[in-house]
Amino acid sequence: MKDRVSTDVTVIGGGIVGASAALFLRRMGIAVVLVERDLCGSRSSGVNYGGVRRQGRPLAQLPLSQRAHSIWAQLPELVGSDGEYLRTGHLKLARSEADMAALERYRETTRGFDMGLELVSARALRERCPWLGSAAVGGSLCPDDGQANPRLVSPAFALAARRLGADVREGTRVDDVAHDGSAFVVRSGTALEVRSRHLLNCAGAWAGPIAAGFGEPVPMEAGHPQMAVTEPLPHFMDLSLGVEGGGVYARQVARGNCVFGGGRGYALDELRARTGSAALSHLMEQALDLLPILRRASVIRTWSGTEGYLPDRLPVIGPSSTTPGLLHAFGFAGGGFQLGPAVGAVLADLVQTGATATPIGAFSIARFSRGSGTIPVAPAHFATAATQETP
Amino acid sequence: MTQPLPPVIVGAGPAGVRAAQTLVAHGLRPVLVDEAPRPGGQIYRQPPIGFSRPRSSLYGFEAARAASVHHAAERIIEQIDYRPDTLVWNAADGRLDLLHDGRTESLPYVQLIVATGATDRVLPFPGWTLPGVYALGGAQVALKFQGCSIGERVVFAGTGPLLYLVAYQYAKAGATVVAVLDTAPAAAKLAALPALARNLPVLAKGIYYSAWLRLHGVPVHEGITLECAGGTGRVESVRWRQGGDVHEAACDAVGFGYALRPETQLADLLGCRFGYDELQRAAVPQRDAAGRTSVAGVYVAGDGAGIMGADAAEWAGERAALALVADAGGAVDAARGRRLEARLARTAAFRRGLERAFPFPADWAAQASDDLVVCRCEEVTAGQLRHCVQDSGAAEMNRLKALTRVGMGRCQGRMCGAAAAEILAHACGRPAGEVGRLRGQMPIKPLPFAAVATARGEA
Repeated sequence: MKDRVSTDVTVIGGGIVGASAALFLRRMGIAVVLVERDLCGSRSSGVNYGGVRRQGRPLAQLPLSQRAHSIWAQLPELVGSDGEYLRTGHLKLARSEADMAALERYRETTRGFDMGLELVSARALRERCPWLGSAAVGGSLCPDDGQANPRLVSPAFALAARRLGADVREGTRVDDVAHDGSAFVVRSGTALEVRSRHLLNCAGAWAGPIAAGFGEPVPMEAGHPQMAVTEPLPHFMDLSLGVEGGGVYARQVARGNCVFGGGRGYALDELRARTGSAALSHLMEQALDLLPILRRASVIRTWSGTEGYLPDRLPVIGPSSTTPGLLHAFGFAGGGFQLGPAVGAVLADLVQTGATATPIGAFSIARFSRGSGTIPVAPAHFATAATQETP
Repeated sequence: MTQPLPPVIVGAGPAGVRAAQTLVAHGLRPVLVDEAPRPGGQIYRQPPIGFSRPRSSLYGFEAARAASVHHAAERIIEQIDYRPDTLVWNAADGRLDLLHDGRTESLPYVQLIVATGATDRVLPFPGWTLPGVYALGGAQVALKFQGCSIGERVVFAGTGPLLYLVAYQYAKAGATVVAVLDTAPAAAKLAALPALARNLPVLAKGIYYSAWLRLHGVPVHEGITLECAGGTGRVESVRWRQGGDVHEAACDAVGFGYALRPETQLADLLGCRFGYDELQRAAVPQRDAAGRTSVAGVYVAGDGAGIMGADAAEWAGERAALALVADAGGAVDAARGRRLEARLARTAAFRRGLERAFPFPADWAAQASDDLVVCRCEEVTAGQLRHCVQDSGAAEMNRLKALTRVGMGRCQGRMCGAAAAEILAHACGRPAGEVGRLRGQMPIKPLPFAAVATARGEA
């Protein structure tokens, strides 16, 4: 073995979850080695839509999402850059009275979470957003939700962790993970062996085999959200847009480009995904319905990524049910970008004190263990919304 | 029984036309897809129907070859499925996505010859984004296609054989060529003579263009460093250094370029394996001597597989078509295939000579000032790229793109990718071949929403 390292915590995966865990651990003075197969923040964390929203999340996620909301507010102090994060507001549109009723119900059930949701009538919508298509009959605005540039934010967390002394190993594929009775042992070929008391499984869509290796397999599937971007257009939209029921989401970045997404791409191989032309055409139609102003625009680029989806569309976050010292955080079903920093903070809490003030019980990996009866699945309505609408 | 799919050729330049002609000769009816309205490619681009300039003034010495390629295309046009004005914007799973007349359609294939040609290799210099500054190839297209000159008093700068050819063509067309500014020193050309002598006709043409220009009073300066283009609102002058002296000339247009770079996006989307080619200073699709790529059924030919010039493109197109026929079980003249491969191998040796005669300006990245705009779509400067490398440790092109937007605009790095890779390599202290290449992302060129609206009947 060329390089043997001992540390307090090994983090597998340098996405926004693993990198922010490393950052918060370093702020507590805890030694960290972060092992990343590619480049930090180069997969789902770096290629997602860039929505930073709480609105629309299931109740179980809202405490975590609120914690994330307050961390996002301190982004420049935390990672040294604003990552183009702006609280532009997130507007979720209703295309039918039933959709509008669902948005109203959502506002009622989430009143305790201080999101300040404002229902917007069809008329108010026309006044405020004259560029919107005619399909919307109303909407729900969360004024303090927003958007950020994932290409900048996610790598910035890893850089910040490194600046605080985290030992970040990029281009390092983990081949072997085990606990030898005294410590976790993570190996990358013959190049690196890391021993540690704690292990954080933050490997995103590739986290399943690691969990299975510790006797807790999860029914996770890979999914591939698809996204596209136009050339820069004159500024017309400040909000980030979503649609009740899912299907399409859109925002306009400071440079003027419209970023929009919806539907699924396809896997090229285990690591790479791409947009298909038929799915792109469908997405462009949806985007045109939402924003007729795009009629004169062109798509200049498309992309996709690889993200983990569990049947109930909730992530796994928290301690292993088999192995003390092992923590999992993966399977964010296309919704991990906003949550990421808070998940990192929770993981750091758990390492430091064994507990966290943020409720995460709903995300326990034990919900998939054999003794727990049927595998939890998402309600039909929610499954669509959560898979289609990457925040 | 279902009819087997016809082979598809993308690009109707010299490689694509010869490939089509060869397939027709073997009893096939290929689909020939081309962005241009008429066959010929960039090098033998034809003017719109109704323009009457003769080939001799459009193509000079290349008139006979241009005529040969055009006539070959005309002769087979009824025997092929010719799709002019058609952009291939995506490829996946045995289908090409096309855009024609504002509509998208899908074209299935089993065998595909990619003959996508080349564009100028652009190395920016201060002032290159001023109106009136063109790429050399762009300047040539304006002349060949529309009979337009980019200006009345034109400076041509950069290096490569095209520099002299375009200057010659402009001078012949009646423009005043203020100066030809070649970054390659005269000594490099002398040193390369033995290698260039492998192809005497081409060498002779090169010498002729250069001699003709001098004879007609066009100042030709070799071994120069391009300083900047100046002007208010549009280009009005060019400044360069030669030896210790700074020179300046007034002009109303500039054509510049540093040889060519292959158009490889389609091969990339098709999943072809790439390798870095030191000579081309670019990653190119790997291929065997016949043009087979790493993907079964996909062949590359012509400058899109690595810059070898128009004559070689014709041979490579024919060779790839023979390989396609043979791979499908058809009978081909194996000796002909070997002869073509031998010619291509000789051209490769000549090509190495050209690279010595017109070397890539290796100090370009070191000399590029921090405020130089490298990516004009996204307005990213050399300084931003360098600071990103410094601050983030970026050492790979796609990471640099993610962090700085370089190559993210309309051209997807087709114009700025080569220059950005040079800046990155220099800034992180790696060879240019070790910083990776920008990943291709569909659509290869912008896809209008109007195409989707048209499909829905909302045009």
